[in-house]
Amino acid sequence: MALKMVKGSIDRMFDKNLQDLVRGIRNHKEDEAKYISQCIDEIKQELKQDNIAVKANAVCKLTYLQMLGYDISWAAFNIIEVMSASKFTFKRIGYLAASQCFHEGTDVIMLTTNQIRKDLSSPNQYDTGVALTGLSCFVTPDLARDLANDIMTLMSHTKPYIRKKAVLIMYKVFLKYPESLRPAFPRLKEKLEDPDPGVQSAAVNVICELARRNPKNYLSLAPLFFKLMTSSTNNWVLIKIIKLFGALTPLEPRLGKKLIEPLTNLIHSTSAMSLLYECVNTVICVFFFSQLCVQKLRILIEDSDQNLKYLGLLAMSKILKTHPKSVQSHKDLILQCLDDKDESIRLRALDLLYGMVSKKNLMEIVKKLMIHVDKAEGTTYRDELLTKIIDICSQSNYQYITNFEWYISILVELTRLEGTRHGCERIILSKTNQTLEAMLRPKVTTLPGHIQAVYVQNMVKLYASILQQKEQAGEKEAAQEITQLMIERLPQFVQSADLEVQERASCILQLIKYIQKLQAKEVPVAEEVIALFAGELNPVAPKAQKKVPVPEGLDLDAWINEPPSDSESEDEKPKTIFHEEEQRHSRHRQPEIDEEELARRREARKQEQANNPFYIKSSPSPQKRYQDTPGVEHIPVVQIDLSVPLKVPGMPMSDQYVKLEEERRHKQKLEKDKKKKKQKKEKRGKHHRHNSLHTESEEDIAPAHHVDIITEEMPENALPSDEDDKDPNDPYKALDIDLDKPLADSEKLPVQRHRNVETLKSPDSEVPLVEKKSKKPKKKEKKHKDKERDKGKKKEKEKKVVEEEEDEVKKVILQDLHYFSSCCYLLLSSFCCLGTVTYDIQGNLQHDSQVTVSVIFENKSTSFLKSMELNVLDSLNTKMLRPEGSSVHDGIPVPFQLPPGISNEAQFVFTLQSIVMAQKLKGTLSFIVKDDEGSTHEKLDFKLHFSCASYLITTPCYSDAFAKLLESGDLHMSSIKVDGISISFQHLLAKICFHHHFSVVERVDSCASMYSRSIQGHHVCLLVKKGENSVSIDGKCNDSTLLSNLLDEMKETLSKC
Amino acid sequence: MQFMLLFSRQGKLRLQKWYVPLSDKEKKKITRELVQTVLARKPKMCSFLEWRDLKIVYKRYASLYFCCAIEDQDNELITLEIIHRYVELLDKYFGSVCELDIIFNFEKAYFILDEFLLGGEVQETSKKNVLKAIEQADLLQEVSTSSFSGHSVSMVGWDSETSCSSKLLEGIL
Repeated sequence: MALKMVKGSIDRMFDKNLQDLVRGIRNHKEDEAKYISQCIDEIKQELKQDNIAVKANAVCKLTYLQMLGYDISWAAFNIIEVMSASKFTFKRIGYLAASQCFHEGTDVIMLTTNQIRKDLSSPNQYDTGVALTGLSCFVTPDLARDLANDIMTLMSHTKPYIRKKAVLIMYKVFLKYPESLRPAFPRLKEKLEDPDPGVQSAAVNVICELARRNPKNYLSLAPLFFKLMTSSTNNWVLIKIIKLFGALTPLEPRLGKKLIEPLTNLIHSTSAMSLLYECVNTVICVFFFSQLCVQKLRILIEDSDQNLKYLGLLAMSKILKTHPKSVQSHKDLILQCLDDKDESIRLRALDLLYGMVSKKNLMEIVKKLMIHVDKAEGTTYRDELLTKIIDICSQSNYQYITNFEWYISILVELTRLEGTRHGCERIILSKTNQTLEAMLRPKVTTLPGHIQAVYVQNMVKLYASILQQKEQAGEKEAAQEITQLMIERLPQFVQSADLEVQERASCILQLIKYIQKLQAKEVPVAEEVIALFAGELNPVAPKAQKKVPVPEGLDLDAWINEPPSDSESEDEKPKTIFHEEEQRHSRHRQPEIDEEELARRREARKQEQANNPFYIKSSPSPQKRYQDTPGVEHIPVVQIDLSVPLKVPGMPMSDQYVKLEEERRHKQKLEKDKKKKKQKKEKRGKHHRHNSLHTESEEDIAPAHHVDIITEEMPENALPSDEDDKDPNDPYKALDIDLDKPLADSEKLPVQRHRNVETLKSPDSEVPLVEKKSKKPKKKEKKHKDKERDKGKKKEKEKKVVEEEEDEVKKVILQDLHYFSSCCYLLLSSFCCLGTVTYDIQGNLQHDSQVTVSVIFENKSTSFLKSMELNVLDSLNTKMLRPEGSSVHDGIPVPFQLPPGISNEAQFVFTLQSIVMAQKLKGTLSFIVKDDEGSTHEKLDFKLHFSCASYLITTPCYSDAFAKLLESGDLHMSSIKVDGISISFQHLLAKICFHHHFSVVERVDSCASMYSRSIQGHHVCLLVKKGENSVSIDGKCNDSTLLSNLLDEMKETLSKC
Repeated sequence: MQFMLLFSRQGKLRLQKWYVPLSDKEKKKITRELVQTVLARKPKMCSFLEWRDLKIVYKRYASLYFCCAIEDQDNELITLEIIHRYVELLDKYFGSVCELDIIFNFEKAYFILDEFLLGGEVQETSKKNVLKAIEQADLLQEVSTSSFSGHSVSMVGWDSETSCSSKLLEGIL
C-alpha cells in the first residue's frame, strides 16, 4: 500500500478509484442518486486535469456508472483522449468505455479513425487486439470503409492472436460496408486453412454467418467445408459447419446424400449434447426424415434435464411440419409433458398439440386440455391454455371441427372460467339481453383495449337484434329501456385509453342517442339499425393493406399535423409498460361493486328473463345452480341461450358432444362396414383391408354441420406480388454478393485517404507541395503567387505537426482536421484561375501492376464546369487503363460536372510494367466553362509524376519478421547521408512514413528501422540514424534500382527540412 | 449472439455487453424487461425462453444470472456452454470467483469476455489461451502502472451480503 502511494502522484491520493466508488455507492443506499451526482461532479473535475492517469481513472468510474444506467455520452471526447493514451493500461480502459457507450449516433466517433488505424498497426499485439475488440462494438459504416483495408492486412498478421480477431471483425465490417466483401473474400477463404485452429474456427464462424443469410453465393465452398467437417474434432467448429450445410443443402440437393453418412456417424458417436442437437435439428429441418432422429428426440424429451426436454419438444415441432404422422405416435409422451412442473415445457407441449390435431383426435385432445385447465395454476399459464384451446379449435378457419354444437358448448364452458380474456369469442355466441348487460358491466373496461374494441362493436350488434325483437313484440318501453341502458353505460368506453375503443364507442353513443330521439317520437328504428350490420363481411387477408398500391402523390410518411415533440412520446411510454399491471389491479378490485347496484341488476335481469320468450327458465342444470348460489352472483357469468338444447343432466356439456360424435362416427362406420361387406361379398376378398378406426382417413369423417369456410379477401386493386415477405430493411440483404466473379478494377478497398471530398475539403486543408506547369501564359503570374501561398501553408502545417507532438490529446482533433496527414495530395495544376486539381497516387493491393490516381477537382470560379475529360500520353511502361474498345488517344470523361464552389474526386487506374523507376506522364484536361455569357472550351496541360514512393504500400512489419528478412541475405544495399537536418528525429520519421509510405518497425533512441513493400512485392528495409546535424539512411531492397531511386527521393524530401 | 447481461438476484446489472448497435434507451428498456422476465421464472424451469424474435438463454450461478440473447437459428446448448465457459474463465482468473470480484473488477470481467468472444462469436475455445492472453496483457499493464492492479478486494467496512460472496461455480442452481 505504501509503495502504491509513493508511486502515485500526491493528488491521486485524494481521488476515488473505482473500488472506492463502488464501496461508496453501497454505503449510501438511501441517497444513492445524490451520492452519484456528487461523484459525477468529481469526475468532471478529474477529466479537466492533464494527467492521463487521472483521466483514465475517471473514465473507468464513468463506465461503471454507465452500467448503472447513468448517461455518460457527454464524456465521449474524454473517452477518446484516454483511448489515444500511449500506455496500454489507459488505452485498454478507453477502448472499454468506448465499446460500452459509443454507437452510430455518437458524433465524435469519426475522430477515432486515425487513432484506431494507428493502434491497429501498433507493434504491440495487445494494442492491436484491444483496438479490434473495441471496434467490433462500435464500428460504423464510415469506420468500416476507412479501416477495411487495414483490417484486411491484419488478417495475414504474423501472430494468430491478431489474425483471429481480424477475421472475426471482418464480419462486422461486411455488415456495415458490403462493398468490402468481394475484395476481402479470397483472403477470408485462405484463412479456412490457417495453421492456427483459432483462426480457422474464426473463419468458419464468419463464413457460416455470411452463408446463412445468402447461401447461394457460398455453394462453391461446400467441398472445402466437407473436408473440414470430416477432419475436425472441434465441436464448436463442427456445429457451425453443420449449420452452414443446413443452409446450403436446400440449394444443392446432391449435398444431402453426401452428408447422410457423416451426420449419422456424428449422431451415433458424439457425447456432446449440443452437437447431437445441432445434427438432429439440421437433419430434420433440411435433409431427410429419419426415424433415428425421432428416437433421439424421444430420448431428449424423456431426459430429466429440463433444458433437453424443452429442446426435444422444440425440435419435435419442426418435424411436425413435415411429418405429422411420426409425431402423432408420440402423443402420449407429449401429453405427459403437460404435467411437467416447468411452465415453458408445458407451453411447448401445447404448441405441439396445436399442430397435432386432426378431425379425428380434436375432441379427445380438447377434452384432455379442458381437464388440464381445471388443474392449471397461474393466471398467465391458464390464459395461455385457454387461448391455445381456442386456437386449436379455430385453426385454418375451423377446418378440424366437425360438430359446431360441441365447439359452442366448449366455448360456453370456457366463458364460465372467471378472469379469462376471451371476450372476442363471444361473437359467435347467441344473443340475449343478458349478454348485453354482462358486456356493459364496468368490469369489461379492465380488459385489454383490443378486446374492448371487439366488445363494443358486438354490443351494438346485440343491441340491434334485441331492439328488433322488442319492436316486433310491440314492447316499446322495453326497447326504450335498453336504449337508455346503452346510453348510461357507453360513456365508460368513450373514456377508454385505447383509441380504437374510444372511437367506436363515441360513434355508437351518438348513433344510439339519435335512436333514442326517434324512439321518443315512436318511430320504428329496429329495421334500420339491423340493416347497419346486414352486409356480410369476409375476413380480410392480413397482407391486404400492404398490397394496395399507394396512390400517386400520397406520401404516407408525411405528417398530417405537426409531429408531437419527443418529450411527449417519452412521457407516454412508461404508461404502456405498466398497462398490464394496472389492469390486473383493477380486476381484483372488481368485486367491490356496491350491493345496491347488484340487487338492482339482479332484479332487472329476472324481469327481463321473465319477459324473454327465448329464455329457458331455471332448470336443475349445474350451470344454473352455480349461478343461484348467493355470493358468487356477481361473478360475471354469461348465460348463453341457444336454440338447441345443450344440456344433458349430470354431464359436462361438451362431453355430451364427444359422446354424440362417437356414436355418430360409429354409426357411419357401421354403415360403411356394411357397404364394404356388401362389396366384399360381391368382389370376393379382392380388396383385403383393415378398416379400423385408426386407419380411417380424415376425409371419411363427415361434418355434423356444414359451415362455409370463406377464404380471405383481398382489395380489388391489390398487387399480385408475392414479395411481401422480403423485408427491404434487412441488413443482410446487402451482403447478397456473388463471390465467384473475378474482382473488377473498381472494386478495391479504400486505402488510407480522406473520407469525403465534398464535405471535408477546404482550400486550407490542402497541402499543395509540388506545382506543375501550366501552359497558358496568362497564368504565369498567378502561378508565382500560388507558390508563395503554398509555402506559407506548408509552414503552417509543419507548425501544427510540432504542436501535435507536444500535446497528445489535441492530436486526435488535429489529425482529423488535417486528414491529409495520412496521404499526400499533390497539386496537379491550378487552371485558368478557375479551380484546382490535386492528385494522389495509391498502390493497388489487389493488383501488382496497377496504381490508382485519385484526382480532386475543385471549382473555385463562379462558372459551371462540365464535359471534363482527362487524357494522358501513355509511355511504354505506364498506361492509363481505358475502357475496352477505346484507342490510346481517347480521353476518359470525368464522371461528374462541377457547379461553382464544389469539389469532387475521380479515380483513374494506370497499369505499369516496371516500378523500379519514377515516371512522368504528360496529359491534358479539357473542359467546358459555362457562365452567363456563354460557354467556352478550355484545355489544360499537366504532368503526372509517379514517384517510386507511390508504388509502396505502408505495411506493418514486426521486428522478428524484419530480422529474418535482413538475415535472408538476398537484398541489395545502398545508403545516403543528408546534412543540415534540424528537425527532431520523431518528426523526421513521421516525414518518411508520410511521404514515402514506410512504417516504423523499431526505434531505439536516435536510431530506427523502417519497412515498406512495393505493389510488386519488393521488400524495402531502412535503417535511419540521426547524428548531430545529419541523417544517414541505409536501405536494403530486392531491387537495387528501386532502392537507389527511393533513396534519391528521400534525399530530396529531407534536404527540404 | 446479440448481447450478454449479468445481473444479480436483486435485479442489479453487473455486466452488459452488446454486440448489436442499439441506443442507450433501447438497451435500458430491453435490460429492464429481461431482468424482470428472467427473475420471475422459477428455479426449476429450463434455461431457454423465447422473447420478441430472439431466444434467451440464461443460467444462474449462485447469486448471479448470466443471460444471453441469440438468434432464431442459433444453438441453445452451445450458448449455455459459452456461459459456463465464461464462468470457468472468471473462476480461474479470480480464483473461485464470487459476485464481489465481478463488481470490483468489472473491467477485468469485460477484458476476459472480450478475449473469449468477439462481435458475438466465440473467438477462442481454449481456456488456456484466453487466460494466457489476459495474463500477458495484465503484465503489460503492471509494467506501465500499478494503480489499477488489485485482484483481491479488501472486505473491511463492507456490509456483508452472504449471497454476494458465495462462489459462483459452487452455487450453480
